[in-house]
Order: sequence, then C-alpha cells, then structure tokens
Amino acid sequence: MRCPECDGEIPLPKDAIEGEIVTCPDCGASFELYKKKDGNFDLRAMQVIGEDWGE
Amino acid sequence: MVYDYIRWEEKAISDAAKKRGLDLKLIDSKDVSLLLDSNYEEEFGDVVIQRCLSYFRSLHLTAALEARGISVINRFDVALTAGNKLLTTLALIKAGIPTPHTALSFTPESAVKSLDRLGYPAVLKPTIGSWGRLVALLKDRDSAEAIFEDREHMFPLYQVYYIQEYVKRPPRDIRSIVIDDRVVAAIYRVSLSGNWKTNMALGAKAEICPITKELEDICAKASKAVGGGILGVDCMESPDGLLVHEVNNTTEFKNTVPTTGVDIPGLIIDFLIKIRK
Repeated sequence: MRCPECDGEIPLPKDAIEGEIVTCPDCGASFELYKKKDGNFDLRAMQVIGEDWGE
Repeated sequence: MVYDYIRWEEKAISDAAKKRGLDLKLIDSKDVSLLLDSNYEEEFGDVVIQRCLSYFRSLHLTAALEARGISVINRFDVALTAGNKLLTTLALIKAGIPTPHTALSFTPESAVKSLDRLGYPAVLKPTIGSWGRLVALLKDRDSAEAIFEDREHMFPLYQVYYIQEYVKRPPRDIRSIVIDDRVVAAIYRVSLSGNWKTNMALGAKAEICPITKELEDICAKASKAVGGGILGVDCMESPDGLLVHEVNNTTEFKNTVPTTGVDIPGLIIDFLIKIRK
C-alpha cells in the first residue's frame, strides 16, 4: 500500500483489521485502515491528536 | 468494544476474545448515529468495553449506553473521575490515599499564590489529557507567569490551574495495571536523557516492577476510590513512601505486556465475562 504523503511502501499486517492505525516507515505519517465497498483496505487520514486524547 | 482508532491494545483485546471463542463486536464510535429515544442497545450487546482515545467521545457514548441499561467498562462515573486529574485527586484525598500536595486556582494571580504555598519547583498539568502533553515544570515565579500568560490565550480548560508539588523521586515512576481492584502487572517507567517526565509516549523505558504488598494495597485503594474497573494507577516513590499521582481510565499496556509477560488482554476479557454473568 502506498503512503499518500510520501509514496513510500506501507506494509499491511497479515491480521489487519478495520480501524487499525498504520504508520509509514519512510515519513512517519499515520493513517487509519478502512474497508472499501469491495472489501479491500484503503488508507484514510487520521485526526490530528486531539486535546482530549489519551489514557 | 467501542473505539475510535485501533491501537496495539484494542487489537490485543480483540485477539484475546477470539482465543476464548467470544464474539467481540468492534464498533467504531466515529460511525455511531444514535436516536436517543430509540432501542439502540440491541446493536451494542449487554457488555461494552470502552476504548476510545478521545475522552469526551468516550464519556458521552458511555452515558448513552448506560442510559439503555448496557454495562460499560469503565462505568461513566469511573471515566468521569479517572479521566480528570482534579476529580481523581479529590477522590484520592477523600479515600485517605497518599497523593502529591495539589492546589487549584483559576487565574494567573491566584495560581502564583498557590505556588507560594506549594513552593518551587511545582508541576502544572491540564486536568484532562495524557502522555505528558502540556505538563509544565514551574521552576520559579518568572517561568510560571510566562506559562500562565500562554494558558490565558488557550481553551478555557487550560485556565483551570491544577498545580502539584514536585515530588523528589528516582527518575522513574510505577505504572500498575489494576483489574477489578487487583494489581495484575506493574512496570517502572524510567525516564531517559534527563527528561523529568516518565511518560512512555515521551520515550521512557519500561522495566519490570515487583508487586509488593505496599504497591498492591495502595493501588487497590486507588482503584476503589475512583470506582474500579480496568485502570492504570501511577505511583511515585517519595521519601515517605508511595504516592498515587494519577489513575488512567483507558489505560495502555503495550509496553507492560512484553516487559512483565502478563496476558493483560486475556485478563480483561476474563473480567468482561465475569461482568456479563
């Protein structure tokens, strides 16, 4: 899967699930995995870390 | 399980459920559309584990689920308290649990007065937030006033001046994972490169921490003080013994599992099964 930011190769985990965060090893950008209508995964931009995010 | 993003923890919980033959449905809170006077409980089942990264999203969704009779881990009142450092401190003080001296003010001028009473250095923390974000070490009056001035131009939440004494401690703190008022695993979070903060998100190193009776007792009390469930209790080793400085509502354990070898995701699923009965 190609990184929308830098076009680097983002390896997908074999057990990838929808909603999972993946990070580009080249540029460090993070994306959320989602399933398209055809059942294949694609990447969408993650929300920038929210002020209320955390543990 | 409701979530907004799947981190290592959510995936591990999902895998642990599969191993136990449990049908754990994953619901993305970002897709939720609830008509509040409808019977939406059917799509969530009878027990929900709340794992949203966003505190406000988590709190509001939990309220809506509990209103329909669904058991949510952690409960709304637990999330409300443990997700807010001021409410946590008040709960710890009420329960007689040692915690750093803390002051509350609402203006820069009164915050300076609080600092005069606590002494320098002190630590300014947002009441809501994690990972050491916007936590500032106030070394003297000049640096404090400069930071307070910045806060005055931020969202009103940051004008709640929650200030704690700076506790003399080794360059580490202790993160205990507490499930159902029992410590199941603990790590030291050792700060590196001279950073005074010990958050894993800031590069601290995890080391195994023995679960002593003192640690077990204080963490169990802290868990009960905020209402129990699945929690990350943070302690500091002060010269006078352990102090609880934070209780985390949606605790992360990505570093605790490999360091301690404890199957925390499995224990979480076991706890959910117990709640369901």
